[in-house]
Amino acid sequence: MKAKKLLIGISVVFLFLFLILPLVVVLTQALKNGWNAYVTTVTDEYTLKAILLTLQATVAAVVINTIFGLFAAWALTKFQFRGKKLIGALIDLPVTVSPVIAGLIFVLIFGRQSVLYPLLQKLNLKIVFAVPGIILATVFVTFPFISRELIPVLEAQGTDEEEAAALMGAKGFTIFREITFPHIKWALLYGIVLCTARAMGEFGAVSVLSGHLRGKTNTLPLHVEILFNEFHYVEAFSVASILVILSILLLVLRSVIEYRGKKKA
Amino acid sequence: MRKQKRVIPGFGLSMGVTISILSIMVLIPLASLAVYTARLSPGEIFETLSRGRVLSSFFVSFLTALVASLFNAVMGVILAWVLVRYDFPGKQLMDGLIELPFALPTAVAGISLTCLTTDQGWIGSIFARWGIHIAYTRIGITVALIFVGIPFVVRSVQPVLEKIDGTYEEAARVMGAKPAVIFREVIFPEIKPALFAGFGLALGRCLGEYGSVVFIAGNKPYYTEITPLIIMSELQEYDYESATAIALVMLFASFAILLVNNIIQDRNSRIANGTR
Repeated sequence: MKAKKLLIGISVVFLFLFLILPLVVVLTQALKNGWNAYVTTVTDEYTLKAILLTLQATVAAVVINTIFGLFAAWALTKFQFRGKKLIGALIDLPVTVSPVIAGLIFVLIFGRQSVLYPLLQKLNLKIVFAVPGIILATVFVTFPFISRELIPVLEAQGTDEEEAAALMGAKGFTIFREITFPHIKWALLYGIVLCTARAMGEFGAVSVLSGHLRGKTNTLPLHVEILFNEFHYVEAFSVASILVILSILLLVLRSVIEYRGKKKA
Repeated sequence: MRKQKRVIPGFGLSMGVTISILSIMVLIPLASLAVYTARLSPGEIFETLSRGRVLSSFFVSFLTALVASLFNAVMGVILAWVLVRYDFPGKQLMDGLIELPFALPTAVAGISLTCLTTDQGWIGSIFARWGIHIAYTRIGITVALIFVGIPFVVRSVQPVLEKIDGTYEEAARVMGAKPAVIFREVIFPEIKPALFAGFGLALGRCLGEYGSVVFIAGNKPYYTEITPLIIMSELQEYDYESATAIALVMLFASFAILLVNNIIQDRNSRIANGTR
């Protein structure tokens, strides 16, 4: 089995160079000035504020996209109607758009040159270069992440069980809770994990809509960028290490959910 | 057409919620982009797009995305093959690791790949001895895009490879075909559509990628300036007209990739279903 050894070898070398080494670099660079310096950076006021904002945007994205995902999956899989394909394509659209362009779109709607701008000013509502813009951008780039996981599962499950329950007089919510939800439980969790991972790391779109105001509109990835561009390399990698740990946790969680989901099915 | 009675409840509610959120998050933003575009004069758009810096950014973005995706097409098939066909210790870990580029924030990938590949970095210093520089060149951009794109190809090819019926392969082997011939004649035609799909997804993602590239690119005009970065700098100068004009080209490019991909998939599923 010469081919086997060769191909496994190539794979291992590739993964080591492209995926493992970058992780190792982040951790070694973060700890370059010792543990105390690391703790100081990670618990710095601006870092904590960035963590808080990232958390806010991520929770918003997960909540909004879960609500949308559940309703959209129900509408698209339990009923037949015209334009279904179009709706499906529109749901997927946000991920095909470059994040920078996603940011640009929201600047065009709510920015200074927009027709809405005078109205927003009257209401004293700041969206571009403020927290609402960051949240909007995060929801946009993760928009299909949950519905995309739910729709195929419900499609495969069909509508027989729900129809039977409805004919026997069960109410809509009861049908969902007792019949549909058990089918999509794992897919939903899976979608939430993917959505969380993308939301906490979003950079391009958020960068366009953030004014880069430290302590105000700075998410964790943006904080990493500012520190790196100011040549505070150790600090930048220290903050980055928080994101590395979070993404590894999410990866482990993803594998567990996938395994559990498969065992159920 | 007679209205069909729907047995399952909740059509109105679920459609209502779906359409409302979809409108707020996707339809209105897209419509506003269209409205804003309509206000631009063709002359203005042409003037923006014919700037040397913009044109060379298109070239750099497309070239690096294409090279990275071609590399990933080959590497992706190897990885998918290894994960499906072989058993070895650490296979589960490898399978999970493929997903890392989806989970790791692009900015983090960007700074750590930069740190690795500068002339002082662990990998960069080895190549620098032969006069090859990675960070702050087009090679660096390609490296970042390889990182970003690899899971798309692996995850497209892997499920198809898992489902391939082993009998044809066995028949070919019994009749004395060499492994390379079996792969080329029996297996490759089966995975080709999935490979195209993964390649298309990776290419689309790479064209729009920003976070991982800005750090490693060095952003020298005419050399390592990618299109998303140009859009970003136009925005920072509040030149929304130019930014929109350039964005339109990118949108057309990504829709074109999507369309070609859909046509290929459509034709393939029709061939598979025998309704050509």
